[in-house]
Amino acid sequence: MTAVVDPPVAPASGQAIELTGIGKRFPGVIANHDIDITIHSGTIHALVGENGAGKSTLMKILYGVQKPDDGTITVNGEQVTFSTPADAIAEGIGMVFQHFMLADNFTVLENVTLGAEKLHGIGDAARQEILSISEKYGFGLDPDELVETLGVGERQRVEILKVLYRGAKIIILDEPTAVLVPQEVDALFENLRQLKDQGHTLIFISHKLDEVLAIADDITVVRRGTTVASVKPSDVTSHQLAELMVGSELPSPSTEDSTVTDRVLLSVRGIDVQDAAGRPELTDISFDIHAGEILGIAGVEGNGQAELVETLIGMRHPISGSVRLRTSQHGDKDITGWSTRERREAGIGYIPEDRQRHGLLLDSPIWENRILGHQTRPPAVKGAWLDVRGARADSERIVEQYDVRTPGIDTTARALSGGNQQKFVVGREMSGEPILLMASHPTRGVDVGAQAQIWDHIKNARREGLAVLLISADLDELIGLSDSIRVLLRGRLVGDFDPRTVTPQQLGSAMTGAGDDA
Amino acid sequence: MSLVRRAAMGLAAPVLAFLVAGVVASVVLLISGDDVGAFWDVMFSMPKHRNIVSILNTSAVLYLSGVAAAIGFRMNLFNIGVEGQYQLAGLAAGAFAGEAWLPGPFNTVGAIVVAMITGALWAGIAGILRATRGVSEVISTIMLNAIAGSLIAYCILQIGVDTGNARNTKQIPEGARVGTIEVFGDSPTQLFGLSLLAIVVGIAFWVLLNRTRFGFDLRASGASETAAVASGVNVKRMVVIAMLMSGAVAGLVGLPVMFSDSFSYGSSFQTGLGFTGIAVALLGRNNPVGIAFGALVFAFLTEQATLLNILAGISPDIVKVTQGVILMAVVIAYEVVRRYRVRLEQASVAERLAESRPAPEQPKEPAT
Amino acid sequence: MSVAPETASAPIETPEEYHHRRNRVLLYIFAGFVLLSAVRVVSGAEQLTSSGTLAVTLTATMPIAMAGLGGLWAERAGIVNIGLEGMMIMGTIGAGYFAFHYGVVAGVLGAALFGLLGGALHALATVVFGVDHIVSGVAVNIIALGVSGFLAEAWFSGLEGGGPTQSPPLPEPFKINIPFISEPANALEEKHWFLISDLASVVEMFTKDLSSLVVLGLLLIVGTWWALWRTTFGLRLRSCGESPAAAESLGVNVYRYKFIAVLVSGALAGFGGALLAMVSSSGFQVGQTNGRGYIGLAAMIFGNWRPTGMFMGSALFGFTQALPFREGTVSVHALLLLVAAILFAVALVQLLRRRRAHALGALVFGLVFLGWYLTTEIIAREFTTMAPYIAVLLVLAFASQRLRMPAADGQVYRKGSAG
Repeated sequence: MTAVVDPPVAPASGQAIELTGIGKRFPGVIANHDIDITIHSGTIHALVGENGAGKSTLMKILYGVQKPDDGTITVNGEQVTFSTPADAIAEGIGMVFQHFMLADNFTVLENVTLGAEKLHGIGDAARQEILSISEKYGFGLDPDELVETLGVGERQRVEILKVLYRGAKIIILDEPTAVLVPQEVDALFENLRQLKDQGHTLIFISHKLDEVLAIADDITVVRRGTTVASVKPSDVTSHQLAELMVGSELPSPSTEDSTVTDRVLLSVRGIDVQDAAGRPELTDISFDIHAGEILGIAGVEGNGQAELVETLIGMRHPISGSVRLRTSQHGDKDITGWSTRERREAGIGYIPEDRQRHGLLLDSPIWENRILGHQTRPPAVKGAWLDVRGARADSERIVEQYDVRTPGIDTTARALSGGNQQKFVVGREMSGEPILLMASHPTRGVDVGAQAQIWDHIKNARREGLAVLLISADLDELIGLSDSIRVLLRGRLVGDFDPRTVTPQQLGSAMTGAGDDA
Repeated sequence: MSLVRRAAMGLAAPVLAFLVAGVVASVVLLISGDDVGAFWDVMFSMPKHRNIVSILNTSAVLYLSGVAAAIGFRMNLFNIGVEGQYQLAGLAAGAFAGEAWLPGPFNTVGAIVVAMITGALWAGIAGILRATRGVSEVISTIMLNAIAGSLIAYCILQIGVDTGNARNTKQIPEGARVGTIEVFGDSPTQLFGLSLLAIVVGIAFWVLLNRTRFGFDLRASGASETAAVASGVNVKRMVVIAMLMSGAVAGLVGLPVMFSDSFSYGSSFQTGLGFTGIAVALLGRNNPVGIAFGALVFAFLTEQATLLNILAGISPDIVKVTQGVILMAVVIAYEVVRRYRVRLEQASVAERLAESRPAPEQPKEPAT
Repeated sequence: MSVAPETASAPIETPEEYHHRRNRVLLYIFAGFVLLSAVRVVSGAEQLTSSGTLAVTLTATMPIAMAGLGGLWAERAGIVNIGLEGMMIMGTIGAGYFAFHYGVVAGVLGAALFGLLGGALHALATVVFGVDHIVSGVAVNIIALGVSGFLAEAWFSGLEGGGPTQSPPLPEPFKINIPFISEPANALEEKHWFLISDLASVVEMFTKDLSSLVVLGLLLIVGTWWALWRTTFGLRLRSCGESPAAAESLGVNVYRYKFIAVLVSGALAGFGGALLAMVSSSGFQVGQTNGRGYIGLAAMIFGNWRPTGMFMGSALFGFTQALPFREGTVSVHALLLLVAAILFAVALVQLLRRRRAHALGALVFGLVFLGWYLTTEIIAREFTTMAPYIAVLLVLAFASQRLRMPAADGQVYRKGSAG
């Protein structure tokens, strides 16, 4: 078996990619404006920024999935326009998506050769090619292994192999370490360095600052859709980077009197949750929430927030640990084994992260959606019967109080904008006098005015004794509402902060795993 | 969207479907050399009084079958087993009533209950297999249909009585028979008393679906299983209950004819109503009013079909083809119209909101 | 919505494990055959493994296998095809017309063509318009029923030997005969020796009156395996059923492959109809298919969406279909003993694996069947005809945990779903 070794690439100019003045608008939002980035060939260039800063749109433009409204793209000294990913691939650009595009029931060979069968066929020649690429960069992949059996790190290497197989010289990696544990990250970085040594150019999109500093040659910071800084890792600390990402504005914390009582409402001890394959998603989660307290959970998406909320609402079952709820009706109860309906009936409300999948019946009118999640209690239900008038009246109330923009309560939920759908869901879950509210990104997509209104509603309810578990990526919201903040990182609770005194650097560092050193 | 516009959208699909089916039927007839003109003459001819009564009787039965299928469809369960369920239920009811353990009308009521329980249990087998073992109810109900056929043949052999060259269950005694309702004086056939069950079932179906908590859970599970689970619905339990209810209604399908006309279960018991019921349910979009229209249309077509042979020498199977094409065309049309309608409504809502109030800066989902 | 059981938890295996499992399966088949032979000897139900029975079994298996193969093509591309029954019906009438007028070859091609037309309709609805797969399949079945009835009346009414619901007798396809093997095998079979005679029956089955169409069917099964697992076309087709998003992101035209898959599915079901009309019977008959389209789907599920497994499932169902006609009351009665024996074997295996509860359950059921066998002489005729359908239910109910369907099977796919 002879390994095919490609000579290192020497591009025409020193710049692999130049983005000048790139802009992109969507209805209602400016995703990118005035983007200027220069990526030198044979380097690893990191692009950092928070969720929503505009990184992904930028990469979609570079990969040909979207076309920019303004600006130019130059690859290896030539100006190019991409209409489809095929154009980008032709220019030697390959993209490794954050969400892998792999067929689980196929082997590595089948996944890699799919669509590129002409290059080396689908038999032994392809096998050889895959083995040689894998060996060259130290991937350690077996072409005949089923992707299903591969770990996350290995799957990522398959995705990288896919683009190398098709001759990519410039590789874009979108949040590659988002789903990796530290050892896998080290392995990945080793691979990336080897790729760089062979002359490839790598674009590394991330918000994990410690990793970025470890691997990148150049760093560009994107915030609110535009490039704000271009630095070298040797010139900057992770805290400074965090500041650039988050902005040095500090949302002013609440100046109200604390409404936190000493009555523990929800008590969580030692919760462990695993996914279907046995990988841990949450490890040893323990906390208390008191009546009148808002516990904020900060963290980058994908670190276990969704799993935590789903476990507490009864949609997932922990393999160990306990959840206890204290109510005036039932006293102190172990609800670990309770069904979702029982939990809701006990007064737990749930604002889901994905309202379309978990919070609404999209093809039903709004007043019918009032009933969803509250099928066993008034005002929407009386015994076994639906109380249509009650549901309609209460829907009108919610529409009024939460400023839901809709022609009427008979409008289908699907027809409303995302923000208005969210407002309705929040209003519904706040009805029925819940004692505990699980709020997952409760004001996502909501306009600023209504956001403040929702916050007021939550604060009022808190004064009445409502306990809230608040998960949010919006630091304003988190700091402004919470009585205390914990951080979820890789399925564990780390950090315990007081919103009145925490600095954005501290939060950013805890969320991204950067060290505590100044 | 205005009511007129909504109604127009609702009717667009079926009207389109009928047109397509008409064209296809005409083409098929042309190819096979039949008289296309005569076909349309017969199909559009005004039915005589006795035909109208027959149509009403048939639609009642098709309605029951349609509702049975629709209960399952609402939960994305395909109860193809209505056929086997109503046959078995008919046998059970006929045998029960024939034994006359209860006097007069109690016998009738008892037989109806027996029919519903039989249908429910037979469908329940498929429901349990689906809920506990994940077996597709499509295949299991079809298998149960076939098993029912053999089972019925065996039972008839054991407990039936010979009447001439057929073998039926014992005759239902006078006291338990259900009379007929005179609709037209000059018609030899009358409306079967138990055909009115269709109205009862229709109202019950509507109430269940739209006014009870269970109905809400049912619709939610069918519309979005994830949202239903998040709202506390126990989906496995719903699957079994939905199949039981579907089977119970299916059990009623054979009763109107049996209690007002044939007075026993035997080889003359009508077959094929189960599959037609599925088509009627789909045509009627699984709601009580739509199914009624679907049942009337299909009953009308079936009735006219019997005349085709006599008056125009055309095989009545062409109507079956027409019915099938209507079904296919309608489901395609519904899908197309549904997508169009969604887009239309979204645009319309945005328009109306922009007119009524000045909308502030609404940030949509931040593009990540 | 898919036809298949929810099976996401089935463990995936490496190629080595696959080979081990395959060897184990072959062992089970052989053990099963030995057991069948033993039951024959003990119960005296000679028809259990007679060459006549096996021949009828093979003839009964092939139409089911063709339907199953058709289902496999479609579902491997992600489309559930309930309309196989209707496409098979189209095949039977196509065979009836073309074989009668133009001979065997035309009959086969005509049947496949008619089946393909049914497939085209299903493809139009599901791939182009995105209609729910099951609904479209049901509609195809209804249309096919009507069309075939109508055409039968139009084409066969006036013909001699035919009528409004059946065709005149059709020309017989060529049969393969190897007398210098089949005759000694027959002699061996007549001796009724344990196992040796049964194996001889199998040999005789393949060498006496073997229909060329059956051979064609077997070749199609092998050909399917080759096409789907050894060619670029097959890789792309299967990717549409596993992850259409990944396929689209790599430039595969998902719509095209799904469409082709459903067309092939219809053609295969149509060929199954030709087998019914020309090999299993002497001509077309209304109602000939009798649910075989659905049984074929069950065989496909049982076979874990692979051609060889599907064929084994079809053989199982074919056997239960053939048996009622071979001294049915006695033969099916003997099956009770076989089932009891299998359950006892299962109980033993479970005991060795220390699963007491499972072992006990299997033992109890085994005793029930044994008791049923011993306390009755025969099984009523009506119950024998139920055998294949009950077999399907039992198989699906017990086998569902170890199966893995194509990951995107049954999903309504619209372009642009890729990242």
